[in-house]
Amino acid sequence: MKANKAASGPRLSGAEIVIQALIDQGVEVIFGYPGGAVLPIYDVLFEHARIRHILVRHEQGAVHAAEGYARSTGKPGVVLVTSGPGATNAVTGLADALLDSIPIVCLTGQVATHLIGSDAFQEADTVGITRPCTKHNWLVNDVEALPQIMHDAFYVATHGRPGPVVVDLPKDVQFAKTAYNRPSNDGHCNYRPKVQGDPALIAQAVEAMVHARRPLFYTGGGVINSGPQAARHLRELVHLTGFPITSTLMGLGAYPASDPQWLGLVGMHGTYESNNAMHDCDVMITIGARFDDRVTGRIDAFSPGSTKIHVDIDPSSINKTIMVDIPIVGDCAHVLGALLDVWKKEKPAPDPARFKEWWTQIDHWRARDCLSYRQKGPVIQPQYAIERLYELTKDKDVYISTEVGQHQMWTAQHFKFEEPGRLMTSGGLGTMGYGLPAAVGIQIAHPGSLVIDIAGEASVLMTMQEMSTAVQHDLPIKIFILNNQYMGMVRQWQEILHGKRYSHSYTEALPDFVKLAEAYGGHGIRVKRPDELDDAIKEMIAVDKPVLFDCLVDRQANCFPMIPSGKAHNEMILGDQDEPAEISQEGKMLV
Amino acid sequence: MIKDQPNERRCIAILVDNEAGVLARVIGLFSGRGYNIDSLTVSEVDPEKHTSRITVVSTGTAMILEQLKAQLGRLVPVQKIVDMTLDHESLERELALVKVRCTGEKRVESLRLSDAFRARVIDTTHESFVFELTGSPAKLDAFVNLMRPLGLVDVSRTGVAAIARGPEGM
Repeated sequence: MKANKAASGPRLSGAEIVIQALIDQGVEVIFGYPGGAVLPIYDVLFEHARIRHILVRHEQGAVHAAEGYARSTGKPGVVLVTSGPGATNAVTGLADALLDSIPIVCLTGQVATHLIGSDAFQEADTVGITRPCTKHNWLVNDVEALPQIMHDAFYVATHGRPGPVVVDLPKDVQFAKTAYNRPSNDGHCNYRPKVQGDPALIAQAVEAMVHARRPLFYTGGGVINSGPQAARHLRELVHLTGFPITSTLMGLGAYPASDPQWLGLVGMHGTYESNNAMHDCDVMITIGARFDDRVTGRIDAFSPGSTKIHVDIDPSSINKTIMVDIPIVGDCAHVLGALLDVWKKEKPAPDPARFKEWWTQIDHWRARDCLSYRQKGPVIQPQYAIERLYELTKDKDVYISTEVGQHQMWTAQHFKFEEPGRLMTSGGLGTMGYGLPAAVGIQIAHPGSLVIDIAGEASVLMTMQEMSTAVQHDLPIKIFILNNQYMGMVRQWQEILHGKRYSHSYTEALPDFVKLAEAYGGHGIRVKRPDELDDAIKEMIAVDKPVLFDCLVDRQANCFPMIPSGKAHNEMILGDQDEPAEISQEGKMLV
Repeated sequence: MIKDQPNERRCIAILVDNEAGVLARVIGLFSGRGYNIDSLTVSEVDPEKHTSRITVVSTGTAMILEQLKAQLGRLVPVQKIVDMTLDHESLERELALVKVRCTGEKRVESLRLSDAFRARVIDTTHESFVFELTGSPAKLDAFVNLMRPLGLVDVSRTGVAAIARGPEGM
């Protein structure tokens, strides 16, 4: 580890070095909660001119807010929490950021170095506890090592596959002084992720693409993490090739949903056309996606006849569950740019007849209109609520976060995203309670925009206390609750898999959300009938305060299509009337 | 289908930054992802560059072992990974301290066998020996198995250290 060699800068305390390092890294906002072990840093932050601190109400909220901030801006999110319970409360958020590859720098206080290991007050083995749920972590034992560690932390969090890091700062190190010089921009001497794809493999990939008769692009969160250039290259390549494209939940927005080549979401609740296309394609071009089990369904029946090209910056994602034919390790933007160059050089003559059969087949699947539902009668269907929300916000500068469950899937199906960085959702870990604090982080990053958390009533209660954060910092976030009084997704599985034995999936003793909003100092709206929806949504948008929008919806609605666990892509259930084939024992064991 | 692949034994050498907690990180990866550790040795190799070498022997299907190497490569302090079984002609050595308690014929037999294996006696009483033996893991296994019916009391093994044949370093 590089020591603070030949440092000739001003003598600063560890706490001052932390803040100075943040400023040097271009950080403008940090999300945090004070405590004994971080008092020195909070003292430096008192009335600080350049760094804005957003006080949350629970450390988990701080990390989710930092995630919302990071994913909607492309910059790393920064968190500051105290030792012991402060750090352990952050663990869920860190695990979430790790699975969804979100750059987070989490600073945790720690008891003084001579107290470590003595079961001191508010002491926890933070580095030990967060080792498996972060990309990397450091315990700073010596203030001399602090400047390099702070900058290494940002480097590791933002390079290669982004992820969360933890810097554990003992209190005596925060007080100790040393000279501070910003370390050179070398970055970590060891960790040098590969960004350029292998040219031979890229040529092979284009060769496969040129000869494809039933091609499909399958894109994921990696395209968005790579930055705006990746999405631009992707759009150009998809248009040039004329191939159909589908995406995972985390990749929505990288390609515009309004475009005719877009097939919709793929996977467990993906569209009929996407899943069938994935099953029947002969060349699958996978960019920045990791063949997650929500997408693949039964692995030995996954897209059996296709040649698979896989572009990913993380070598361990390749051949992890699905064996691929052309693995390309590299950054999405770089590799997409290279694919474009090679494709343009090859200049394959545009041949509409080549794909006529494939597109005819796709249109045939599309004709099934798998996302259709019936809005009839006095009860609001959840899909209808989301469609009305979309229609009334589509011309606005809008950002969407979600919680986890049926509403999340309906959002992915019915809310159309045209740009990357507009949907913030917990995909990999599936953390209920993510959406509300994430909305806080998004609104901080985009003060003039409309920020909506599409939520379920069960999820939103998990981090409801962050309403106070929204009120304190004047963040007019809109919490659009699809209230069906059940943990909808759990209930759906219990219906399909466990013979309708709804074990503890009914939410009793729900609060009156309108009164709750007012109690927090926000605004509450309740809607029960479909004809009330539009006006209520307009009211929600117009109010310049945080809003809890309690939308009572059909309690028994199920989310379709659905690939039941252990089934293949072409064994989708399309509606309540479809009898699911018997789920095998193996299938039951999959979540 | 994946389960039908046969299990293989691999020896993997990992060059790491010698920083606090790096061993815990590597072991945490194995336990967290359910990979097997048959043996593990670690020690500093370059005090100036602060690098250590971890040698792990693991058993699993070929697909899992490739995944394991990729996951190790992802760890920030890992500098280099070498598959001693696949990528090189390599040598494996291990040290064992073996305590045998017996008298009479069995005592004589144990001493004779230890000679055949070129083991050294490093402790002796009228009713026991402690043997020190180095060699390939298979040689050590054979010796211990021979001592078993003679009165084997205790075995302490170091785990496998491995190095590639030839002039190239890691």
